[in-house]
Amino acid sequence: MNNSKVLIYDGSFNGFLTTIFVAFEEKVTVSQIQKETVCQSGLFSETQTVLTQVDKAKRVWNGIQKKSNSALKNIYFAFQSESQDVELLLYRYICKLFTHETSIAYDYSDGVVLKISQLAKSVGREKHRMEAFVRFQLTKDGIYFANIEPDFDVLPLISKHFRSRYADQYWLIYDVKRKYGIYYDLEKVEIVSLDLFEIHSNSIHKSHKMTANEYDYQDLWNNYFKSTNIKSRINLKLHTQHVPKRYWKYLSEKKQAI
Amino acid sequence: MDFDRIKEKLNILADAAKYDVSCSSSGSKRTNTNKGLGDSSGMGICHSYTEDGRCVSLLKILMTNYCIFDCAYCVTRKSNDIKRAAFKIQEVVDLTINFYRRNYIEGLFLSSGIFKSPDYTMERLIAVAKKLREEENFNGYIHLKSIPGASDELMREAGLYADRLSVNIEVPTISGLKLLAPDKKHEDFTKPMLKVKNEIIQYKSEKKLIRSTPKYAPAGQSTQMIIGATGESDKDIMYSATHYYKNYNMKRVYYSGYVPVAEDIRLPAIGTQVPMLRENRLYQTDWLLRFYGFNVQEILNNNHPNLDIDIDPKLGWALRNLNHFPIDINKADKLMLARVPGIGLKSVHKILNARRFRNLNWEHLKKIGIALNRAKYFILCDSNKWVHRDLDADKIKGMIIQNSAGKFRKEYSTQLELFNSKAV
Repeated sequence: MNNSKVLIYDGSFNGFLTTIFVAFEEKVTVSQIQKETVCQSGLFSETQTVLTQVDKAKRVWNGIQKKSNSALKNIYFAFQSESQDVELLLYRYICKLFTHETSIAYDYSDGVVLKISQLAKSVGREKHRMEAFVRFQLTKDGIYFANIEPDFDVLPLISKHFRSRYADQYWLIYDVKRKYGIYYDLEKVEIVSLDLFEIHSNSIHKSHKMTANEYDYQDLWNNYFKSTNIKSRINLKLHTQHVPKRYWKYLSEKKQAI
Repeated sequence: MDFDRIKEKLNILADAAKYDVSCSSSGSKRTNTNKGLGDSSGMGICHSYTEDGRCVSLLKILMTNYCIFDCAYCVTRKSNDIKRAAFKIQEVVDLTINFYRRNYIEGLFLSSGIFKSPDYTMERLIAVAKKLREEENFNGYIHLKSIPGASDELMREAGLYADRLSVNIEVPTISGLKLLAPDKKHEDFTKPMLKVKNEIIQYKSEKKLIRSTPKYAPAGQSTQMIIGATGESDKDIMYSATHYYKNYNMKRVYYSGYVPVAEDIRLPAIGTQVPMLRENRLYQTDWLLRFYGFNVQEILNNNHPNLDIDIDPKLGWALRNLNHFPIDINKADKLMLARVPGIGLKSVHKILNARRFRNLNWEHLKKIGIALNRAKYFILCDSNKWVHRDLDADKIKGMIIQNSAGKFRKEYSTQLELFNSKAV
């Protein structure tokens, strides 16, 4: 066990794939894969920092794709879960993938495969929720703006959905937790890093940055939401199961008063 | 835009439309081209859920709640003393676009009370859809309610702009319809359905020859029936549903537990509980028919005209057909796996994949996510323990009910209490 190593990477997905490349190429016995921001140097294990190289990352990506498209999707989604030690789990998953003839992506009786597919599923659910729960507000600059605070890092996963849907309007979706956003300028989507001081949750306070009509529409939507409820069928448990409370602060239909 | 007036109209006309249960916004193939607004090529999205737990994916409103008809079950009926309102065409267009741009909705569900005549009303619904498509370049989902009695020409035009069309059959039996909606004829409902069905068939065959044939109702048509208002059996309901699936190529049939909205001697009294559990069982049955390969006669027949309330219909069927079980998880074919209580289609898929690698045992099945509390009585797997042994149907049912914290269990028991106290 003396020759096992902790591999350190920059935290990006390409960085992770490069790490996989290095681990295979240099026949490293991987004991841990850690982001440079959170790494703790172990007392007994040697560490090696891997520099991200897109061409190497791409080779790993293509290699996985050749094996199985659904494995590829599982890996990408599970990675976005940011769950602790997901890198090592993914490393084991990829090892299995490359050492088996048949695609192991569907071997749900295997612990690692099952865990990865469950993580991917959770991230997929969060992706879907964010496609549903983004609430744009129209700013005076003519940008449809939304704050979100997802459990997992899903901005890269929802970008395409919003691009194909809102092709004719400027929009910006900003992740409050991770402090970055995706911005569409009618041509392309770009990742923007910015530290916003003002967070637009559905508080009573009206921002002067929004258009005057913005709050009228929020009000209409809020009223619609109430009118469409059937009181004799009320089922709050089901309601909160579908719309977990942690999302309420950004939902205009949940605004108490404006 | 006068927001206060719009708000008042929206409240009235959303309130009246909420008894339409369809909320589907998927199944269309309308992609965003030429940098327009919206896309309805993927799966539908529920953007929110009402406090009664139903999905909100479309702006569901009536054009107007003025109505010349007097159907007993309908909140908009002529004789009901309620506030009336009507939207202008442009108002509906503006609401849809502004809600859509803010990601509140997938599109529009537009229905209407019938004012002046069916054709006059239908024309106004079509005008909204046409404006959205042609002036706003809108590719979101549009569901138009066909007005019973509308002409064939208008049904044809409606399908050119809408993703889905539907006429509610409302009452599952013809005799029930006569009783509750004396102004309406059964043919008023079926004629537009037939027209839509034929147009879809024609569209599909023309599309093969001429690629540019304009889309016609790409998400198909659906219908809805009210249950629990006229004393029909579950068998009546599901046989009727099967008839519409088969003869009118329905994409969906919806079942709407009757919400008492009128004091009327012909109907359950106001305050009567909405039959939500029954509604749920009907949807489960609908699923078994459409996706699990069941025949309606297997589940409902003269010996068994009503669904069990305390257990789901698949479990009910299995208990009445114990001779088919147990089946071997590692050998059974797909259709048979799908018939096991506690195994859904996703689990079937997982079992079929996983068993290519090794024989599955209880531990594997549990991890895959099968509801073993039900399934274990009906299956064998890679283990010599077999739970079923020589239990009979009643014993199995008792054990399953006892060991399940079913979501309806509480409700079910209170319903029984209510019933008992009334009977005493």
